[in-house]
Amino acid sequence: MDLDSLTHISGSWLRGTGPDADIVVSSRIRLARNLARFPFISRADGDLRDEIATLLKSQVMDLPTSPRFNYLDVADLEQIDRQFLVERQLISREHADSHGSRGVAISDEEHVSLMINEEDHLRIQVLQSGLSLDSCWDLIQQIDNQLDETLTFAFNERLGYLTACPTNVGTGIRVSVMLHLPALVLTKEINKAFNALHKINLAVRGLYGEGSQAMGDFYQISNQITLGKSEQQLIDGLKDVIPNIIKYERKVRDELVRKNRRELHDQISRAYGILQTAQTISSEETMQRLSSVRMGINLELIDDLGIPAVNELLIHTQPAHLQKFYNSELEVRERNEARARFLRGRLAERRGEQN
Amino acid sequence: MGFPTANRPAIGRMKKCRRCSKPATLHITEMREGGVHELHLCETCYQEYLDFSETPEDTEAPETPDSSPEIAIELSGDQTLEELDQTACPNCGISFREFRSQGRLGCPHDYTEFENELLPLLENIHGETQHCGKLPTRAADSSHRQYELIRLRKELQQAVASEEYESAAQLRDAIVALESELGLTDNETAD
Repeated sequence: MDLDSLTHISGSWLRGTGPDADIVVSSRIRLARNLARFPFISRADGDLRDEIATLLKSQVMDLPTSPRFNYLDVADLEQIDRQFLVERQLISREHADSHGSRGVAISDEEHVSLMINEEDHLRIQVLQSGLSLDSCWDLIQQIDNQLDETLTFAFNERLGYLTACPTNVGTGIRVSVMLHLPALVLTKEINKAFNALHKINLAVRGLYGEGSQAMGDFYQISNQITLGKSEQQLIDGLKDVIPNIIKYERKVRDELVRKNRRELHDQISRAYGILQTAQTISSEETMQRLSSVRMGINLELIDDLGIPAVNELLIHTQPAHLQKFYNSELEVRERNEARARFLRGRLAERRGEQN
Repeated sequence: MGFPTANRPAIGRMKKCRRCSKPATLHITEMREGGVHELHLCETCYQEYLDFSETPEDTEAPETPDSSPEIAIELSGDQTLEELDQTACPNCGISFREFRSQGRLGCPHDYTEFENELLPLLENIHGETQHCGKLPTRAADSSHRQYELIRLRKELQQAVASEEYESAAQLRDAIVALESELGLTDNETAD
């Protein structure tokens, strides 16, 4: 897989298609699995890690019917390339920053990634556009079943799949959706929604999962519990509650349009104007303005730009992406200038396409 | 972020909120890299905890003097925490103390080795201690035998490190024998 060529394209999960894709950016399911005959990663020395990585790589790359995978040896990648994969949601920050033998297998469309030697021996991830948890589950089941034919995963009858951290034991599943909730944030209704979610054991995180801060009104909602419920029950738990949040966000958007249309339109137009004309812009401000523009498109206050273009800009304006695009190491100040230049160019192009 | 398990009675006696003295209604088990901590909060303080947790600096959360992190461990019988801390898994060698400080286990067998201590912790995190999801196709028995390989490998590593080549050779043979007994040699070995 040639990472440089990826700077010009996006993963299929950014397409902006699928049910409720105006609010649900993407759906994601991951499974944690460990090989029964090896210690967990924290107790595996260099040789053992090599052995685990070689074994899992050969199994993953030999899968009979799944999508075609490209394997990247993460330990051999430059820091900027690891960061690039984090920005594209293909590996976790922990996987990028850790040490020792580790890798990732990525499908061409970037909707499947298998991290080897992350916190667990294997983390399988399926990522799709819109609210599409069922199709994520179908695909990840297929992959897990195929691997199960040749590998013996650590499992016991009482506690299910055994994982390095007790918070993942049982199903080893994390089901999550990334939501864009600008109206709930704007009206400060968001805390009410989050409290309700916490009470039913759902976690709220930022764009990049555990420990990351919410940026640009994007939030990940996921199950907290992994033991004592079936995978389907955990998926249904999210599927039951997400429509309510979507409805809540839509209702608040409608109210905003009804009561403050002029102010809202003004704020969105200014955000759009800044993105098209700024000479220097931080990544936080970019996220914030793109979030306004994204809502503007959904409310039909902006009609010459599409959702996929905004989704793509959210990823392509991040530090590693910019540096790879311009093919040079940039310091913060240079990056802010490069980001503004990139946005001006890309928005001029994309606006043309839409018309 | 912790794991609030709302409206479930705490195990054992009724707990007071760690930040004020009202009865605690929310019980949170935090599994951070710094280890395993349990928090008991009332509704009001839980709200503050949530607001606070949303900022990235929350790992430095100031504690009131008497609220040093409580360890989510229930002691069984008359074993002391010091004794428990010394207990180590015969397969991977991790001590209970190491698990407590890292929040990560060393091998699959630890779930059996430390079962008595882990079950209350799992109950706190998940509210349940019985898996009812997907099952792998392989029998659990074969899986249990596989954990022996972890011990044999660790012993092999120690033997090599201390230059005991005779026992290293024996261990290598034992690993190969067990692997072939479990049918691992053809399709599951890397080389």
